[in-house]
Amino acid sequence: MDKSNRPSPHNLQTGFRGWLNRRTGIDALLRTALDEPIPGGARLAYIFGSGLLFIFLSQIITGVFLALYYVPSADHAHTTVAYITKSVTAGSFLRSLHAYGASAMVIVLLLHLSQTYLFGAYKGRRELLWLSGCVLFGLVLAMAFTGYLLPWDQRAYFATAVGTNAVGEIPWIGESLTRLMRGGTQMGTLTISRFFVAHVFLIPACIFALIGSHVFLFRKAGAAGPVTENPYKPEQKSEPFYPRQILMDLSLTALLIVGLGILCFLVPMPLGPAANAADPQYIPRPEWYYLPIFQWLKYWHGAASVVGILIIPMVLALAVLAVPFLDRSIERRPWKRPVAMGAYAFVLFALVGLGLRSQYQDQHDPGVVQQLAKQKMEEEEYMRKPFEPELSSASLAAANVALADPEAAKGETIFKAQSCNACHGDGGVGTAAAPALVGISAKFSSDRIAMLLHHPTVKMTAGGMPAVNLPADDLKALIAYLESLK
Amino acid sequence: MEGKISTSGTAPEDRRSFLGVLLSLGSICMGALLSVPLLRFTLFPLLRRTTELKASSLGPLTDFSSLSEPVARTIQVEQVDGWRKMISEQTIYVTRNTRGELQALSSICPHLGCTVPWVSGKKEFICPCHGAIYSPEGSRISGPSLRGMDRLETSTQDGQLMVRFQYFRQLVADQEVMG
Repeated sequence: MDKSNRPSPHNLQTGFRGWLNRRTGIDALLRTALDEPIPGGARLAYIFGSGLLFIFLSQIITGVFLALYYVPSADHAHTTVAYITKSVTAGSFLRSLHAYGASAMVIVLLLHLSQTYLFGAYKGRRELLWLSGCVLFGLVLAMAFTGYLLPWDQRAYFATAVGTNAVGEIPWIGESLTRLMRGGTQMGTLTISRFFVAHVFLIPACIFALIGSHVFLFRKAGAAGPVTENPYKPEQKSEPFYPRQILMDLSLTALLIVGLGILCFLVPMPLGPAANAADPQYIPRPEWYYLPIFQWLKYWHGAASVVGILIIPMVLALAVLAVPFLDRSIERRPWKRPVAMGAYAFVLFALVGLGLRSQYQDQHDPGVVQQLAKQKMEEEEYMRKPFEPELSSASLAAANVALADPEAAKGETIFKAQSCNACHGDGGVGTAAAPALVGISAKFSSDRIAMLLHHPTVKMTAGGMPAVNLPADDLKALIAYLESLK
Repeated sequence: MEGKISTSGTAPEDRRSFLGVLLSLGSICMGALLSVPLLRFTLFPLLRRTTELKASSLGPLTDFSSLSEPVARTIQVEQVDGWRKMISEQTIYVTRNTRGELQALSSICPHLGCTVPWVSGKKEFICPCHGAIYSPEGSRISGPSLRGMDRLETSTQDGQLMVRFQYFRQLVADQEVMG
């Protein structure tokens, strides 16, 4: 018997809600989503996962809107970002939201990772959940790296040059990887194109897929609950996700909105002067979350570099991925997991220590202090200047003709005044209406051209070419222009 | 049991749905607030007023004191297109109107935009594209154009004849500024 037609509280729902539900089953869907059981009840500790979702959504929205004006090419990237920050209404605000949002994403990510690790929420058949989370972590860092280059100012350019160089230190495949990332041996417009495609299409596609599997695996295993809870079979009383956990999640969302909003309003993200590859003095520094790696790389050179750049990071990465396989015990309470806690503390202190050390070294090297201060000043100076539109290359062509040959320049003016360009195209490149005049000097002598202008052939007249009768000086100039078309 | 509508769950259901309505309203308000900058960001090119085009010099007034027929002068016009600017050259005709005053005419045919040359043999402006003919003062004589040649704003500055270049809509009977 068809159950959906039996009278039940759901089918007897009136109004639009009932109409929609009978066609989509939305009530059941919402109930599954919102009634997710949380053993041991809702807690503030669990808010970071959905916080990440919110920031990701914010990044997508601000990113799409930024793309209304941004052009990913070495010629125009910097100009378009300057246009956004200096001219477009709310441009500086939206761009700052996007840039600071990236840092917020990394912070909330570290909080989420720490919370799930400390609570042992990778136990109880949650290995794949942990793995998908680790991959998402890597993808988020990749988003931050690819996005950083896109403004193409000094900081973006040199930080990426160093970053792609660092990749080159990986044995055997390093150099090829660097060339693949850069689209060549050097940084250039192809680098921006690749980074843009990775940042907007490839990595987000992977992130979407992984978020889907991450949430699916999470719901399949069920929320792990507090550290006193059995990770395989929850025994504590469950509370539905809605409403209390949602409200706690929303409190983080509200905090992020207000916090980011105030930050972006008061301290907009600066844009420095355009990238100048020839500047030998520029000292690049990566974003704060890459400083530990930046500092770490300083200690490894020459033959030992394979250890520091490949072996140790790989071992660390594998250890992190293997956490749910290495720690099989059912125990989740942190005070009963000394090895796990010790490992966490060690990695945390190592990263923070490296980051602080790099700051300390920068602050105590007078040469570095001076150059960094100079760079900051140049950035501020650039931000104070009003937006300067970029001169289109087509205009320069016109200016070039004028400089080269004044007779040909005069001829060009006549060419346009007589509407020759209407059929023969600007610069004589030709249109559907009339053939190109480029290279005509190779086919006809000056006298022949003059003859053709005075007395067009039958074929020319049939195509609409009128006789051109000009004073002798003008004719000479026109022919000079036609002959300059190469 | 199947037909019985359970009543035991209505009280918490009511609280939850009230909270649901509250959350939905809150989200909508939040969304509306956040979308204001996004909307203004998107509509920026439509809402901003076009910048005043600077006047360009056509030459000293003395050049035109004994004007007998229209003369062509080239000016450089700076156009701003979003974040880039283009410097294009435009041909301007300096001529006398019916009252004998100096005026500046745009060489862009008001029919479909071709450059109209002055044919001194016929003492007329004749557009080569579709045969529109204009008098030496720029008024329409015959042809497919719906109006005469477009008059541009002139002024004098330090003894120079200045003209402010603008683009006008094609194919209409009235001279309307475009953009």
